Amino acid sequence: GFYANSSMPSQVTHELLLICTCLCSCLSLRSTAHQLCRVQSQGFLTCTYIHFFHRQEIMKWNGWGYSDSKFLYNKKGQAEFTGKRYRLSGMIIPGLREWMESTFGANLQHKTPAAPILNSSVVQPPTLNEAFLKELKSTGIPFSHDAEDRVFRSHGHCLHEIFALREGKIGRVPDLVVWPNCHNDVVKIVELACKHNVCLIPYGGGTSVSSALECPPEETRSIVSLDTSQMNRILWIDEKNLTAHVEAGIVGQDLERLLNESGYCTGHEPDSMEFSSLGGWVATRASGMKKNIYGNIEDLVVHIKMVTPRGVIEKSCQGPRMSTGPDVHHFIMGSEGTLGVVTEVTMKIRPMPEYQKYGSVVFPNFEMGVACLREVARQRCAPASIRLMDNEQFKFGHALKPQVSSIFTSFLDGLKKFYITKFKGFDPNRLCVATLLFEGDREKVLQHEKQVYDIAAKFGGLAAGEDNGQRGYMLTFVIAYLRDLGMDYYVIGESFETSMPWDRVLDICRNVKARIVRECKDKGVQFPPLSTCRVTQTYDAGACVYFYFAFNYRGLSDPVHVYEQVEHAAREEILANGGSLSHHHGVGKLRKEWMRETISSVGMGMLKSVKDYVDPNNIFGNRNLL
Amino acid sequence: MTSTCKDSGTASLKDDEEFTDILEERRRTTDLGYALRTFNPQPYKGAPTLSTSDLNKAVLESQYLCFIIKEIAMETGSSVEKVKEDASVILKEMSHNLQLGFIRLMGYTLNKVFKRLYRSIYVNMEGLNMLKQAIQESPVILIPNHRSYVDFLIISYILFTYDIPVPVIAAGIRLADVTIIGGILRRSGAFYIRRAIGSDKLYWAVLLEYVQTIVRTGYAPLEFYVEGFRSRTLKSLVPKLGMMDMVLEPYFKGEVFDITLVPISISYDRVLEESLLALELLGVPRPQESITGLFKASGVLQDDYGCMHVNFGRPLSARQLCEGKINWSEYNLIPRNLPQRPTAETQDCVNWLAHLIVRTQEEGSLISPWSLVACLLLQTPFTTLTEEGLQWHQLTEKTLWLRKLVLDFGARLNWPAHIPDSEVMSSTVALHHSIVHHKEDRIYLVQGEDSARQDPLSPEEGVMRMAVVVLMLVSYRNQALHVFVRPGILAIAIHITKSTRKDELFNFFCFLRDVFSDEFIFIPGRAAQDFEEACSLLQKCGAVHTSQQEVTVLETGLEVLSFLQKLLQPFLDSYQLMFRYLCEKEDHVFTEEQFLPDVRNLATKLIHSGDLHTFEVLSSDMQKNVLSALRRLEAVTKLRASQQKEYKVNKAAVSRTGDILSGKVPLESLHTTPDARLQCQVE
Repeated sequence: GFYANSSMPSQVTHELLLICTCLCSCLSLRSTAHQLCRVQSQGFLTCTYIHFFHRQEIMKWNGWGYSDSKFLYNKKGQAEFTGKRYRLSGMIIPGLREWMESTFGANLQHKTPAAPILNSSVVQPPTLNEAFLKELKSTGIPFSHDAEDRVFRSHGHCLHEIFALREGKIGRVPDLVVWPNCHNDVVKIVELACKHNVCLIPYGGGTSVSSALECPPEETRSIVSLDTSQMNRILWIDEKNLTAHVEAGIVGQDLERLLNESGYCTGHEPDSMEFSSLGGWVATRASGMKKNIYGNIEDLVVHIKMVTPRGVIEKSCQGPRMSTGPDVHHFIMGSEGTLGVVTEVTMKIRPMPEYQKYGSVVFPNFEMGVACLREVARQRCAPASIRLMDNEQFKFGHALKPQVSSIFTSFLDGLKKFYITKFKGFDPNRLCVATLLFEGDREKVLQHEKQVYDIAAKFGGLAAGEDNGQRGYMLTFVIAYLRDLGMDYYVIGESFETSMPWDRVLDICRNVKARIVRECKDKGVQFPPLSTCRVTQTYDAGACVYFYFAFNYRGLSDPVHVYEQVEHAAREEILANGGSLSHHHGVGKLRKEWMRETISSVGMGMLKSVKDYVDPNNIFGNRNLL
Repeated sequence: MTSTCKDSGTASLKDDEEFTDILEERRRTTDLGYALRTFNPQPYKGAPTLSTSDLNKAVLESQYLCFIIKEIAMETGSSVEKVKEDASVILKEMSHNLQLGFIRLMGYTLNKVFKRLYRSIYVNMEGLNMLKQAIQESPVILIPNHRSYVDFLIISYILFTYDIPVPVIAAGIRLADVTIIGGILRRSGAFYIRRAIGSDKLYWAVLLEYVQTIVRTGYAPLEFYVEGFRSRTLKSLVPKLGMMDMVLEPYFKGEVFDITLVPISISYDRVLEESLLALELLGVPRPQESITGLFKASGVLQDDYGCMHVNFGRPLSARQLCEGKINWSEYNLIPRNLPQRPTAETQDCVNWLAHLIVRTQEEGSLISPWSLVACLLLQTPFTTLTEEGLQWHQLTEKTLWLRKLVLDFGARLNWPAHIPDSEVMSSTVALHHSIVHHKEDRIYLVQGEDSARQDPLSPEEGVMRMAVVVLMLVSYRNQALHVFVRPGILAIAIHITKSTRKDELFNFFCFLRDVFSDEFIFIPGRAAQDFEEACSLLQKCGAVHTSQQEVTVLETGLEVLSFLQKLLQPFLDSYQLMFRYLCEKEDHVFTEEQFLPDVRNLATKLIHSGDLHTFEVLSSDMQKNVLSALRRLEAVTKLRASQQKEYKVNKAAVSRTGDILSGKVPLESLHTTPDARLQCQVE
């Protein structure tokens, strides 16, 4: 059943969609501004409520995202993306195969398929705390110790986690899953957990990439996964103060969609927003693509309610700023599930933007691109989003271009390429591209756009159309699916991020990429790795950089170990060059070892003492962070 | 042992690699054709093409320099424009002006000169190929040893020949003032550095930014002499750290991913300036570097100087070598364009690395048969050499014995394989006709040019005349010394302590290593490895038997041990003499200007009277080394207040050191090296 997904009816819709997108891209080539429908702008078309008790019914148990959406090579050996949820769904991506073959030395003949279904017999039987269970039953809160439910909540999306699942290897998993329906349910569960000394691990969207959801193997108590997915309501919208009070289990796309219905948005769009939850954002100090307008989670949050073993913590009012000692919200934000469960959050909301416009700029090289972003930040005129991809990623983006259906488009593409490389003399192996997203009043957007393009021109940047920009953002949502395709063909990889002052951006990008290449070589990787980066956020005093790193592991006996060693080395390199431990992924268990050097011993002591006070018996025992 | 230590052991190339005579092809083609060849090297991948004026502009406009200029303007009260003007004058004096046309001219000229001077110039092609590769990957620093003016452009010449980007070369400012030549060198890539910069803040800043801009941008390979000067003794000099610091800092700050260090060993069969070097060491004033001096030297061009070997060492990654030795975070909290003093930890690392480079140069150099002969001649009584002569067959036999020993010790020997040994011997002796002559199966030392002179020489003149020849011989011995130093010091320790206990020997070994660390190159923190190496080499050649606790001398090893001991004896004798001088003088305070001639006079008298058997104490190099050793051992201190170089001596400490060295007083306390922190984990 590998090709079972391409059923007839969906193919018809695909074709329709294809026509739609073609029209869109033709229009965009004329570079007239047009407003895109909201959902399209996010790259995915259909929303599905994923607050199912059994998420595995619509989501992959051993890969990223929806079961119906995946990359595969069809019978003709062409790459295509299945399903109908995304702009790219149902499309042929002609360049992908060649890119994969030339970049990784991958080959369609050499497959490494995943184990198709979960073999429940390899899942250890649950260690149940009978007394706890008995009292839990009496509360009427739903729970399950079904193997599939437990396995699904035993991991995030780190490479080693997914790799093990694909091989059918299951480690320590939660013994029980509970689905509280509201704040009071959580209070009851936490009370019972304290009473019976049960370990609680809060579970939101499950999109962690820091090993935060891994059950500590040394944990001997019964582990209960507290799934917040049923707490997904917007409790009220306050139009006077422009705030919304929301249950923390709501996932990003539902929150935006529901607010949109009332004409509002939060503007918080992390790349994982299809699946990640509000509570998870708070717990990891998340950052969204459009933070330049709306701010990061710490700027968006007005009030937080969290249930801890000591009781409920919340502020008494919703004042926009307070001088009342250290902000207790900052103990909660970034606590990564070690102190309690975030149940309700009051968030700022904004009226939906009247107008959106994508854009892109091609620079002769990465250095010029960074200099331009720095200038944009200096002038504090960054659009809602501005990202700069390096040359490798530009090529990667190019490889993901869906099949061009009109001769006219491909002709124009050719013309553009000719203009940039031959006429303007850009070296195709050095040029890089910035993608832009503007939002706001139509007039202001156009004005803003001009300002940014004028700055770009000073750094040799050439406007390269809306289409390139939009495709850049679309990739954000499908790139995670691509990893699954790679893993079918001996290619493993991951992304990681950091932040640094402006003067170190170029150095960190260069040194980390070089370190990855060197480490791969030293560790016996047979093929040159993909080592690429992009600047994804700008700040007054620095930037956030994302690295993508992947390699073909044929010939390696323990690829995951090699992968981890290289990632470790890359992180060392980042720290040595003055980059941060994490910009928004968090620390989890993956990056714990560097916490002390990051925040100093005194800092560690501060955090520890909070933990010791709030949760002396380590009920929230996921052992993240400290 | 950690990998770094292992690296240093294998950093030089192995013996089985091929050397190619690059002059052979030059002799077959025309010089003009060579000079006009297409030169299309592959530069560093990320390097933007900068013109020399762009480079200078980038330096002057750099944030760092602007910051310093503002600071100086504030401090001195002069205007920023004025200080900036000063900086640009400094830069003008300093900067190179590399032009391909002049590289071609240089190639043309050197072709003519080299073909005349040398039979062959051997280059290891494998090393060259690795360099070619390395240049494309990261900024490259070429670090040759410096034994002769001839080597100033040899690297550029070779790189030009093999289509590799030619380097910019750090040179002493004196060279810039030589009419015409100074300018030509500047256009061939030389940039000039003042000798005594002292506390000239602006000068330091310009130099730092200039050097680092070259490194950061991968503008061109950078060549400098880590020894700082041309070695007058042909012995490696203790490395200077200033340039090394500057060059490595862009890596420490993360401005480049890595820096590749390429140690290069240049070995000469016969050094052009051999007699000048000896005269200089004896305090005869050095002729000004001038164009007339060069013309005079052209008389020198008629002679035969044998072969030259240029051995390009394996490229060393600064990143690999410094791993675990640098605390990066020290650079993370200060903007990188601000000046920052390196921490002690970083300085230690640079010092260690610089020593490692010099050791690698030593290991990469080729020992000529003549060096072996020189070792042996210096162990022959001088009267034999001057009067009755040394029997040819005896010398040959001994040399062949020594050949086996150096090979056992793992040295690279340049002994032609396809020629009978007797011919090798006579040709090497013939090549060095300025030092020895071969008559009726006997070898004599050449003594002065005027045997026709009637009036007898004064005793002082006689000693000095002899000293010139002997110091020439000494310098050729020095070319081989690094092979023998470690086992030699162990041999001395065995001789003096009369102990067989390993721990006692190790302590004494460390003491000697410490006393003589200006004389020989010891990598800081590697005393234990040096000792182990010495033990294993002596064991290998059958001189001693070593066990867990003991080192016992074998009957068969006496010849080796006595050879080694005699080899280093001149150092012991000379140091002792100077210790004695310091202890016996009335005053506690002395100046360097006074010390040097006093020691020379005392030594001359003692040599003449037959109480001292070495001429080496007459060498100003050794005299300065003693001062520096005593300062390091804190037996002599420099007086801060004094204008001249005034020193105060602690006679008790000097005499105690002398007594330990002679074995009169035992070495008590366990000796620990000051930088044990850097020591690789041996256990």
